[in-house]
Amino acid sequence: MRRPTRVVADSLGVGVATGAYGVAFGALSTSSGLTVLQTCALSLLAFTGATQFAFVGVVASGGNPVTGALTGVLLGSRNLFYGLSIADRLRVRGWRKAATAHLVIDESTAMAVAQTDDESARTGFYWTGISIFVLWNLMTLVGALAGNAIGDPRTYGLDAAVGAAFLGLLWPRLTSWSNRGVALLGAAVALGLVPFTAAGLPIIAGGAVAVALGLVLRRGAAA
Amino acid sequence: MSPGSVWLGIGLVVVGCYALKLAGLSVPERLLAHPLTRRATDLIPVALLGALIAVQVLATGRDVVVDARLAGLAVAFVLLCLRVPFLPVVAGAALVAALLRL
Repeated sequence: MRRPTRVVADSLGVGVATGAYGVAFGALSTSSGLTVLQTCALSLLAFTGATQFAFVGVVASGGNPVTGALTGVLLGSRNLFYGLSIADRLRVRGWRKAATAHLVIDESTAMAVAQTDDESARTGFYWTGISIFVLWNLMTLVGALAGNAIGDPRTYGLDAAVGAAFLGLLWPRLTSWSNRGVALLGAAVALGLVPFTAAGLPIIAGGAVAVALGLVLRRGAAA
Repeated sequence: MSPGSVWLGIGLVVVGCYALKLAGLSVPERLLAHPLTRRATDLIPVALLGALIAVQVLATGRDVVVDARLAGLAVAFVLLCLRVPFLPVVAGAALVAALLRL
């Protein structure tokens, strides 16, 4: 078993590094036209980074907010499996489970599953989750106020920063050639649909086609 | 975009994402243990992020446009290959795009 102070220190390190991204989200969100209140509500209540970036990205490009929400919730579907993989180690019930669920994100799950015993897993999960929650929200507010001051996202190239942020979020998942192929296919289908469909729909359609083909190819490879 | 519809979208995101998180801690694991379900959930973020990048960088309304955003993405790609952390990658892409527009 690792010393608890060591797990806490690791968790805070991840918490500070991840929470700092909140400034990027806040700035992109308000410079894309969301209010400071809407931006902060997303970080406080949705609290799942890639989903928040996706929602703002779709809305900023003129997409229907409901389409943006669908894209965001689909991206959040991975949190379902994160919860499954750590439920046995956290063993929470009632109001504790309701509160714990809010903290189920990429980094808190990764920190929990990296530990060898349940006590360290709980320590890692809560210290990582809570430190990210506090910093992510503070930095979102800072970024949101800065984004408001900037105004047009094209000033300082913030529109280009959104694509870079998505690539940064995608990067750790590009570990296999099949995943790289699926990402490229999603991009190609979405781009092909841009001239023909309402904003936001190419993303969902591109994603759906790429997932379907990825599953078929995978099944072919396994057979 | 009207503020009301943005709030509706935010409400849907909040409720949907929290429901998924809570279900993960509540549902018996065997219900979702099918390999196909797992594989699909693995692929969804990859496919969606790929699509999001393409649209964000190359679409303007219903037109496909090559501009400074693509240069920003190329810079991000190089920086990620060099294992630069997330925030400097995002800032570097923005900086290059802004400089190209001067």
